[in-house]
Amino acid sequence: MNTKTATPGSLDVTSVKADFPLLQREVHGKSIVYLDSGATSQKPQSVLDAMDRYYSEINANVHRGAYYIAERATAAVESARAALAEFLGAPSSEEIVFTKNATEAINLVAHSWGRTNLTEGDVVLLTMLEHHANIVPWQQLAAERGVEIRWIPVDDEGCLELTNLDDLLNGARLLAVTAASNVTGALPPIRRLTDAAHAVDATVLVDASQWVPHQPSDITAWGADFVAVTGHKMLGPTGIGALWGRQELLSAMPPFLGGGSMIQNVTVDGFTPADVPTRFEAGTQPISEIVGWHASIDYLNQLGMETIAAHEQHLTAYALRTLVDRFGDDLTIHGPPSVENRGGTLSLAYRDIHPHDLSQVLDQHGVCVRAGHHCAKPLMKVLGVSATARASLYLYNDESDVDALADALAAAGEFFKF
Amino acid sequence: MAGLEDLYREIILDHYRNPRNRGELEVPPATMAEGFNPLCGDEVRVYLQVADGIITEVGIGGQGCSISQSSASMMSTAVVGKSIDETRSVLRKFKEMMSIHEHGLEGDHLSPDENQPGRSGLGDLEALRGVVKFPVRIKCATLGWNTLEQALTEPGDG
Repeated sequence: MNTKTATPGSLDVTSVKADFPLLQREVHGKSIVYLDSGATSQKPQSVLDAMDRYYSEINANVHRGAYYIAERATAAVESARAALAEFLGAPSSEEIVFTKNATEAINLVAHSWGRTNLTEGDVVLLTMLEHHANIVPWQQLAAERGVEIRWIPVDDEGCLELTNLDDLLNGARLLAVTAASNVTGALPPIRRLTDAAHAVDATVLVDASQWVPHQPSDITAWGADFVAVTGHKMLGPTGIGALWGRQELLSAMPPFLGGGSMIQNVTVDGFTPADVPTRFEAGTQPISEIVGWHASIDYLNQLGMETIAAHEQHLTAYALRTLVDRFGDDLTIHGPPSVENRGGTLSLAYRDIHPHDLSQVLDQHGVCVRAGHHCAKPLMKVLGVSATARASLYLYNDESDVDALADALAAAGEFFKF
Repeated sequence: MAGLEDLYREIILDHYRNPRNRGELEVPPATMAEGFNPLCGDEVRVYLQVADGIITEVGIGGQGCSISQSSASMMSTAVVGKSIDETRSVLRKFKEMMSIHEHGLEGDHLSPDENQPGRSGLGDLEALRGVVKFPVRIKCATLGWNTLEQALTEPGDG
């Protein structure tokens, strides 16, 4: 089913919540309030059922057997690829490479494209908003190849500071940027960045891990060259992600991992790699995860990404308002103060309570938030903190979850009163 | 169910609010080791001044949550004035206490005697026993101690 074109309506969160078995449970005698979807999302029953059905009905290795269930399994994988391509707004499903997660997708580009195209002195431009997944692979390349890494800074609101973009891009061969910060919720202007990068012939990789689950995606409109995505943050299972790349780039890249499936021919003298995307899918793929991911895409399409985005924007505005009203200057919310250019990721500092201690008290109230550096240590340093407590909102959250967060914060303030 | 009171004992909060032996020592003659909890970004620096095999002064630096900072503070008071051997013995006992989770989260496998404060000879450090009921926080509590262990192996002038 594809209702992508449906006009955005309002989301019936009560019925959405009912689709998620985990959200029915209690922890510490309290109804669970799950506010850590930035780390991983919960899974609807339809995803669990699809994976279960795969194993009980069509489990067989794909692209190999000529028997009925093997053909069905192969068709399931390829239809998931097509569904993902359409969901992302990719021109062709042949440009979708399945990977373990977004991290592996970025590593694929760094190893295959990077080691083919970058040499000593070349510049890779990153941003201070990046997750370690979009930093470390480039640092590995820098150490190995003498590539120079530059950084687009962030401003006081945790958004990219683009005044010196042209200078930073001078000599750049690659711009690698997140579409949505997993710490500040900032949404960098991807089209503007790709245009500027392409003007100096730099290739653009977008880490869309925190964007795709929450906003309608049109990666063609972004104009990027590579896009990394992950399944488990968009209601799908862990262990499955994808790289989208322009056909002409992927076709010119050598394989990343070697093994079964990724070849046309192997002799004692060597091998001939398969075409894209098979070239990059060595070994047996996580088939049930691919099937589960497809089910999550269907689920999101059924609700409509426009509707989901509108709901999250409304809820984020409610959260910002509620938290500011109740806690005033005692609470710092890192990131843009307005919902116009941010997602529902709220990194919090409450008085001088350490995020670890804060999340511990919140947990006693059933409220799940993430405490730590969120795999973004360079950004934490700029924000002047070593850690934050992060509440991240998703389609199954509603105002009662935000109220529960606020109540639990107040309780933490009471507990650590000193 | 383990409650917050099991974790945040009054003496722990006291050491968090009023950390002991806070500060840096000059290196050398002191030795210094730095420990990180990569999960949460907590940092502890342990400075040791050793004379004639006795720890004469300890300095604690860094930042982090109440458990990591109070545990480091309590560690500093526990080892000042002790010989290296005695320090290693406290270190071993403390780490043993923190490894209870390997056998069971609720600590109910312990005989009532062992659960009594004072039995381990760890004194005030017993207050940190409740941390084992919160497995994620064990690394917070042991951070300062692992860093101490590192500092003990650093070559110094003592």
